[in-house]
Amino acid sequence: MAITLFLRLTTRRAIEVVPAPAPGAQEPAERDRVGRPALLVEHVTKRFVVGREHRVVDAVRDVSLTVDRGHIYGVLGANGSGKSTLIRLVSTLLTIDEGRVEIFGHDIERDEMAVKRCINRVSVDAAFFKKLSPYENLAFAARLYGLPAGEARRESARILGRLGIAEKRLGQPTEQLSRGMQQKVAIARALLTSPMLLLLDEPTTGLDPRSKVDVQVFIEDLRDAQDAAIVLTTHDLDEADRLCDRIAVLDGGRVVADGTPAELKAQVARERGAAPTLESVFMAYTGRSLDEDVEEGEAEAAGA
Amino acid sequence: MTALGHELKASYAFVERNFNLSRRYWGWEIAYLVYAIAGALAISLIGAQLGDRRLILSLMIGATFWNYLSIVFSFIADTIAWERWEGTLEYTMMAPIHRRTHLLGSTFYAILYGLVHTAVVLVVLALFFGLDMSRANIGTAAAFMVLGSFSFVGIGIMAAVLPLLFVERGSQMTFVLQSLILLVSGVYYSVDILPGWMQVVSCFSPATYVLDAVRKGLVDGVSATALLGDAWPLVVMGIVLIPLGMWVFGRAERYARRTGRLKRVG
Ligand SMILES: Nc1ncnc2c1ncn2[C@@H]1O[C@H](COP(=O)(O)OP(=O)(O)O)[C@@H](O)[C@H]1O
Ligand SMILES: [Mg+2]
Repeated sequence: MAITLFLRLTTRRAIEVVPAPAPGAQEPAERDRVGRPALLVEHVTKRFVVGREHRVVDAVRDVSLTVDRGHIYGVLGANGSGKSTLIRLVSTLLTIDEGRVEIFGHDIERDEMAVKRCINRVSVDAAFFKKLSPYENLAFAARLYGLPAGEARRESARILGRLGIAEKRLGQPTEQLSRGMQQKVAIARALLTSPMLLLLDEPTTGLDPRSKVDVQVFIEDLRDAQDAAIVLTTHDLDEADRLCDRIAVLDGGRVVADGTPAELKAQVARERGAAPTLESVFMAYTGRSLDEDVEEGEAEAAGA
Repeated sequence: MTALGHELKASYAFVERNFNLSRRYWGWEIAYLVYAIAGALAISLIGAQLGDRRLILSLMIGATFWNYLSIVFSFIADTIAWERWEGTLEYTMMAPIHRRTHLLGSTFYAILYGLVHTAVVLVVLALFFGLDMSRANIGTAAAFMVLGSFSFVGIGIMAAVLPLLFVERGSQMTFVLQSLILLVSGVYYSVDILPGWMQVVSCFSPATYVLDAVRKGLVDGVSATALLGDAWPLVVMGIVLIPLGMWVFGRAERYARRTGRLKRVG
């Protein structure tokens, strides 16, 4: 290890000697990045081999989508449709089998560190060191992203205050908080690092109605306040309708429909004579209703 | 700030977090400490029963130094396993830090914790038996403890790979590995009494050389320079095992990301 540290030190010095580029002479790569979408997913496929019988599951198949800066992009799908796999692919937690992903112009495989710095994720199961307090958990996260602990503390108190959690709760072990509160702490952990692309994987699934609304209102505020982009997976149609600028419907790992909620609704009304609701959109493109599915999702979230 | 400065700062995240965990689990910390002290005392008392001062010292050395080495090993080996239990692994793995930063932080805390823990055990043993350190060469013990730490860090990193690869069984495997190192390394007896094949295995355990050298230093006052036979295997293992461990870890992480094994369950 001493050797790598030494090498890093010396290479670092070498880099510092190189004169800074003249103003206006941006690196070509940097210039190209301006105006790139927040997230570009091109023909991405991910397969898993599961079980003893080595069954091949195509969790995500040939998915392409573009998320613009400042937008909330909804991914709607039943359980097992590949939503979380898609989020994990974009989070660098899974390698891509086919296709490519680009985040603010950074290729996810070639430019992994740059990508990691611009993203953060909230998943359906708010995962923490249960005995550590929210403050301690958030301090850990903040330090990993190079933020000073003091600043992290102030910022997390501010974010959680807006989400309706009193400061005095932030010093107790996280396991003593309700699930709704834990999910809010998870959101604070992600926002603390000021992600330019925020990945929300079913952030409201399994929450009590009150917390659910708190989280939804907060997501709306985020969109209005920042030019960060958000990908939101959900199987709540009202939530998708209310929050998302664009929606992709995922079924069996494929995108079966995408567009703005208004476009999609108009399309089913026009082409299939159905009621102009997201329910009909979902029914029309996947052949089933999301209602039966919700139960299962809640159970999974509670058990996770 | 330099890149090195950033890495050291980020690696401190793990030190601080692990310290907070120790603090929050203080009940368990005390329980483990009592267990470690009782175990070390119980084994050293075998020497007292036989009325052999030299044996008491030798057993004490075995108990304390094994305590240190096994803490360093298991803390590093469990880096991944802990986060799997808590479910935070995915969050840590997607943070913008190098894996070496991650492992450096875990290693630093492991060594710090191991030193403090072992010092407490040693003080209690010394008070209980009254140590005769008149002939002891402390420098030898310190030098081999440092040398041995490097190899144990390397083995620990390699063992940490197991929980990355095997979601369920990984941490059980690291535990078995630790037990086997205890068995073959001559912690409480000379490796000469082991069956031939076990003696061969013992040559590959850094603990064998550390304990042999520390005993010679503390019991017989042999100087470090006279123990080159014990030193060079440790130097070689340290130089080979740490980079090898990092490399294996990188490969395993890639494999885990390809096959979806960073996920919480299944
Ligand atoms: N890590 C994994 N290992 C094996 N199979 C997986 C893994 N993650 C997801 N899958 C499978 O991929 C499919 C899609 O799962 P997932 O992306 O979790 O769907 P969703 O989030 O929409 O419920 C499922 O069939 C699931 O069993
Ligand atoms: Mg999911």
